[in-house]
Amino acid sequence: MSVNENKPYEPKIIAFCCNWCSYGGADLAGTNRLSYPANVKIVRVPCSCRVNPQFILRAFQRGADGVIVCGCHPGDCHYSTGNFHTRRRMALLFSMLNFLGVESARTRVEWVSAAEGARFKSVMDSFVADITKLGPNRRLEDIRCKEN
Amino acid sequence: MQRIGVFVCWCGTNIAATVDVKAVAEAAKSVPGVVFSADYQYMCSEAGQTLIKDSIKEYNLTNVVVCSCSPRMHEATFRKAVASVGMNPYMLEVANIREQCSWVHKDKEIGTPKAIALMKAAVAKATLNTPLTAGNTPVTKRALVIGGGIAGMQTALDIAEAGYEVDIVEKKPTIGGKMAQLDKTFPTLDCSSCIVTPKMVDVGQNERIHIYSYSEVTAVKGFVGQFTATIKRKARYVDEDKCTGCGLCTEKCPMKKVPDEWNMGLGTRSAVYIPFAQAIPKIATIDPNYCMKLNTGKCGICSKVCGVGAINYDAKDEYIDVEYGAIVAATGYEMINLEKYDEYAYAQSPDVVTSLEYERLMSAAGPTGGHLVRPSDGKQPKTIVFVQCVGSRESADSCRGGKEYCSKVCCMYTAKHAILTKDHYPDTDIYVFYIDVRTPGKLFDEFYRRAVEQYNVHYIKGAVGKVTPNKETGKLEVQGSDLILNEQLHIDADMVVLAGALQASETARPLATMLTAPMDTNDFFTEAHAKLRPVESATAGIFLSGFCQGPKDIPETVGQAGAAAAKVIGLLAKDHLVGNPCVSKPNELMCNGCSQCATVCPYGAITYVEKEFRMPDRTTKVRRVASVNPAVCQGCGACTVTCPSGAMDLQGFSNTEIMAEVDALCQ
Amino acid sequence: MASNYDVTKAEIEAISGVNPLKCMRCGRCTATCPSFDNMEYHPHQFVAMVERGEIEKLMESGSIYKCMSCMACIERCPRQVQPAKLVEAIRLAVVRKQGGNHLIPDNVPALLDPDLPQQALVSAYRKFTK
Repeated sequence: MSVNENKPYEPKIIAFCCNWCSYGGADLAGTNRLSYPANVKIVRVPCSCRVNPQFILRAFQRGADGVIVCGCHPGDCHYSTGNFHTRRRMALLFSMLNFLGVESARTRVEWVSAAEGARFKSVMDSFVADITKLGPNRRLEDIRCKEN
Repeated sequence: MQRIGVFVCWCGTNIAATVDVKAVAEAAKSVPGVVFSADYQYMCSEAGQTLIKDSIKEYNLTNVVVCSCSPRMHEATFRKAVASVGMNPYMLEVANIREQCSWVHKDKEIGTPKAIALMKAAVAKATLNTPLTAGNTPVTKRALVIGGGIAGMQTALDIAEAGYEVDIVEKKPTIGGKMAQLDKTFPTLDCSSCIVTPKMVDVGQNERIHIYSYSEVTAVKGFVGQFTATIKRKARYVDEDKCTGCGLCTEKCPMKKVPDEWNMGLGTRSAVYIPFAQAIPKIATIDPNYCMKLNTGKCGICSKVCGVGAINYDAKDEYIDVEYGAIVAATGYEMINLEKYDEYAYAQSPDVVTSLEYERLMSAAGPTGGHLVRPSDGKQPKTIVFVQCVGSRESADSCRGGKEYCSKVCCMYTAKHAILTKDHYPDTDIYVFYIDVRTPGKLFDEFYRRAVEQYNVHYIKGAVGKVTPNKETGKLEVQGSDLILNEQLHIDADMVVLAGALQASETARPLATMLTAPMDTNDFFTEAHAKLRPVESATAGIFLSGFCQGPKDIPETVGQAGAAAAKVIGLLAKDHLVGNPCVSKPNELMCNGCSQCATVCPYGAITYVEKEFRMPDRTTKVRRVASVNPAVCQGCGACTVTCPSGAMDLQGFSNTEIMAEVDALCQ
Repeated sequence: MASNYDVTKAEIEAISGVNPLKCMRCGRCTATCPSFDNMEYHPHQFVAMVERGEIEKLMESGSIYKCMSCMACIERCPRQVQPAKLVEAIRLAVVRKQGGNHLIPDNVPALLDPDLPQQALVSAYRKFTK
């Protein structure tokens, strides 16, 4: 599958946002009308520690070009310790994805609080810019899913 | 098969300006499972909600997807609406096409496709929704307050005032805590016992408050609304019901040389004792470490003199189980051990005292009857050096037991000590070595300035490096620095008073483990939210009062005690607690009982049960499987990812639901 | 020959391993110092002066030789700043600077005495390059 020459490349980006901090941060970015690229689609999870590595693999399998996990700042987790689990799990997962050939810039963990609408925007801007530079991700893509 | 209705909100022009709402509603019609779609100006309005309700009835909808503002905004509104026509509220999904779509994009060409994608993801998740019912747990209308200091007493009084039963568990023979040991309070110089003893009487006489003095909580089971605490009633060797507190036994007891903890070891008491005259409950206690009858079998004088026969040498520790709806931790503080700060010669000289010991030396009810004298020779001190921040504000790698935080009250009580000393003995020379003088509080800085300007207390910006007791002169040679004058000072002092760091009570850590309540590295209980929920623990049903949550002075403690009481009253006022149904649920057939989920659970919601399973060959097998207590689980999902066999799943945010969302968004 | 060894704050911090920003200016180092009376600058000033980058001033002062390296300031410091280590680092800087005045690497082989113990060479190497 080739990228359409006439249209600029639009990456597919999945953002997992924890309900208490980052989803609120995304809402605040909206309330303040801070525009970020429409490529970012948000999935709401109760806590960043709810993000199973399986979900991220699934996203890449279904053709996502980048996945970002956003949670509360360390120490601020609504569930006290959730984001510490996230940090450790994602460090392992991302290292494995890197080993499989998925560039490390395609995966990220960021801490965004519910008060940081501007930070949410800048994180998403920079993430989308990184992914656009990298181009489409073909490494884990499941072609059977594409043909459907 | 699901029958899904999609409702697209315009939100006036908030959404409609950058999202073609009609196109979204139209696109919804072609999504599998969707049987009805509509758009409306204000879906959250009465008319909008009626549209949803009517459509549910008319089209027999099983699920509803509302494309509108953030679910943080109106999810509850729409859940209530669908529930009113008999649909399970958890069959509703909200697609956030305002905050996360129309408001962040500028034109319809970008907004509309994204809104459609978000709508499809919500439909994909809705398709997999299952009806969820929140559990109901009854609330035991009784509260437990652990600690009988000013924090615990105030909390108990406020709860009892609202009409609920309260038990106070206090490890010492009397309630009152540290405040009862203080002489005066800053900055008003109120007599501490004049204000705290009436409170103690109030607590003792309140018919709804039961005091378990000389007792400890040894185990806590259960969860919010239904705790069971095991209280160890230590053997007092005196029958609480019979003892009248006449004090005859304490007078006649021949063992008089016991260090008196009420006077910080500066005085002595008898082996059978009442801590102080105003003790509540005023009941004698036999100290088993010193009683001759208990240790050698010879004596028994107290039993002979007791007119009511209250003495019982055969008493044993008793354990009782009591049920509670809420628990308040009010375990208070203690001073750190100053043994390792040997430069201050605390262990070498009796004239180097801690501030709490100084408090007792100043107190009219203290070992010297309020006369300030040196513990070594009973002479009145002429020069006193106060050392601030002994063990406070140290770096984290302190190997002397120091604390990183500021103990908060030392600056003020030192100013108080200085002023009171100068008031009684105006010819005393007082030096205060300080790093910073921290006086944020009403009338606090004025109080400190009064010490400097009116009482001529010498405040020296610097520190004490060495205290050397001189055996010949009986003086304490203090070597310190004055950073403003860049000098080294040598002062011959009669007394040195150390403002040692205050730390959480050593009973706090084991209690936190029992309660599964989170703590920080300083052994202070962590509040549920640093700003918005400062008196609640993250563990439901556990509340925090006083110093156990962080350094505090008396008014702050009383304020927090009242706030904790209000939260407890709010909880006990409910007959039933409605839980959050979005909790973890194990698939017992897949669970292999490895315990990993229980390790990551911050709430201790997961326990293990032995369960009998029918095998395909008609035999039965008993296996150990995880069991989640839905009243305790808060639904973070940490266990679901940790589970190696994938047995754990989170209701409302199940693996399949989230993956369906991901799939839809990647299309 | 002019010195090409310019002592910077960063270098002193690197040699000593001390971060002067950890200092909370309590003065316990100066309070405990037994050589106080003989010093122009005192332990708490060492820390403050290094923080401000006034290294030259310290190197020229006799105070650094009055420090007896008793380490009392290190022992008492509540923030683990270690003023005595700063003194040692500044003394070392002085030594290195003098080395720079007198020696350049190319001239060293000719100066070597065959009787010079190898240990002395190794220790000199340590002193000048740590």
